[in-house]
Amino acid sequence: MFTKKDVLETIAMVEEEHLDIRTITMGISLLSCIRDSAEETALSVYNLVCRKAENIVKTASDLSREYGIPIVNKRVSVTPVSLLTASFPEKAPLIGKALDDAACTLGIDFLGGYSALVHKGMAEYERIFINTIPEVLASTKRLCASVNVGSTKSGINMEAVKLMGEIFKRVAELTKEEDSLGAAKLVAFCNAVEDNPFMAGAFHGVGEADTVINVGVSGPGVVKHALEQNPYADLTEAAEIIKRTAFKITRAGQLVAKEAAKRLQAQFGIVDLSLAPTPAVGDSVAAILEELGLEVVGGHGTTVALAMLNDAVKKGGIMASSRVGGLSGAFIPVSEDIGMIRAAEAGKISLDKLEAMTSVCSVGLDMIAVPGDTPATTISAILADEAAIGMINNKTTAVRIIPAIGKKVGDQVNFGGLLGRAPVMPVHNSDSSRFILRGGNIPAPIHSFKN
Amino acid sequence: MKAVVTVTGKDSKGIIAKVSTFLSEKGANIEDISQTIMGEYFVMIMMVNLDELKGELSTLAKECATLGKQIGMTIYVQHEDIFNAMHSI
Repeated sequence: MFTKKDVLETIAMVEEEHLDIRTITMGISLLSCIRDSAEETALSVYNLVCRKAENIVKTASDLSREYGIPIVNKRVSVTPVSLLTASFPEKAPLIGKALDDAACTLGIDFLGGYSALVHKGMAEYERIFINTIPEVLASTKRLCASVNVGSTKSGINMEAVKLMGEIFKRVAELTKEEDSLGAAKLVAFCNAVEDNPFMAGAFHGVGEADTVINVGVSGPGVVKHALEQNPYADLTEAAEIIKRTAFKITRAGQLVAKEAAKRLQAQFGIVDLSLAPTPAVGDSVAAILEELGLEVVGGHGTTVALAMLNDAVKKGGIMASSRVGGLSGAFIPVSEDIGMIRAAEAGKISLDKLEAMTSVCSVGLDMIAVPGDTPATTISAILADEAAIGMINNKTTAVRIIPAIGKKVGDQVNFGGLLGRAPVMPVHNSDSSRFILRGGNIPAPIHSFKN
Repeated sequence: MKAVVTVTGKDSKGIIAKVSTFLSEKGANIEDISQTIMGEYFVMIMMVNLDELKGELSTLAKECATLGKQIGMTIYVQHEDIFNAMHSI
């Protein structure tokens, strides 16, 4: 039985420390929607998504009131669209539009799954599909796209990496009037997971059940507050405090996920144990690292502090949930974390340090603005480096990079809302094009041969 | 179904009466109540049984939040499961 102290602690977490359920994401299989023509498929997709997710917004709002915990985002992820459009890839934008229309009808925040999985090879229909991503992201509001370019098991598809450098640039170019916002809705992965509830990289894997509910929890502010109460704890104790806090946060997520699945007649998928920051003060992962004793995130000691945080979050969360999945760890997006924004503006954190951090945290180079004239091959090289970290370390890595068209180092992109703002950061100006233009595949690492 | 009602704010006269009358009108039965005053700060936690609740819990939570604003307090109504989930193994 809980005590009075427990009740007040929970309320303080919500009121003062930004505890929330970051997202309820319904994964929907669209495989049953494939028809002879793009037009019929698009209609079928629209109808299915609207029917399956009809009550997601209301259910989230009810649960939020009943439990007294805000549920920030309501989202849908779908089967990678390239699989639906194999016989009419040039008409894939029709499906994209149908999905965006469905997202607007439902009143959800984002819909993910305008995606292709090309980690081992790229069929012609997939190449055509990927080439539709820029115009689709430029002409839709709530649709997110992702492409998996590598995996530990299959290596890195450098043809796809080369193409994605160009795609990032084209998306940015087409949306330059909005600070290249389109690129914030596109992510390239290595080791993409099939049950990720977070955007922009959510899609519903073909190995998943027909309709599932995945929930992403959050709560950087709660972790920071718990550490603040113990300013003299050594790092062993600090790790324990993080674990205990992650346990409580995840239990809230597990409860909401199971109840939401029941009410929405879907299967309970997973809880994603991620510390996802927002640009709000008091909701920052960087602030946790600074609370641990770093003057500013990005300095020496950042990687080890992040490694400890990430591991402790997982240990606490895994105990608290019956099914854990998704990305599960601490996110370090630059534009969505006030501590990271400040460090970047002050020149205290570099792209190189961020890359090092991604080898120990859950995702990758996230929401980083770079100069608009950065060559596509340089962006491909950044993606290839990141994919290598994922491939060798058996983990998901991703790149969501914004080539800020018309802007240079020191300028800023500003998206507002949860996407936040980011200073344009410098990239190395040496030329990587000869390496990228070689193409081919980087073979899978030796330790992937486990059979 | 049980819920926890938490009322916090600056102490003033008649808070318990106003909140408990409102809950009783809605069909919520108060099973346990504890109240403390810390300085000028009032904290009351009630366990209520909602088996005879008229309407939905989410509606009651909304109405209580509105009542809180009217009487200058913050009122939460939360399903007990959230506390059981977060604070017990």
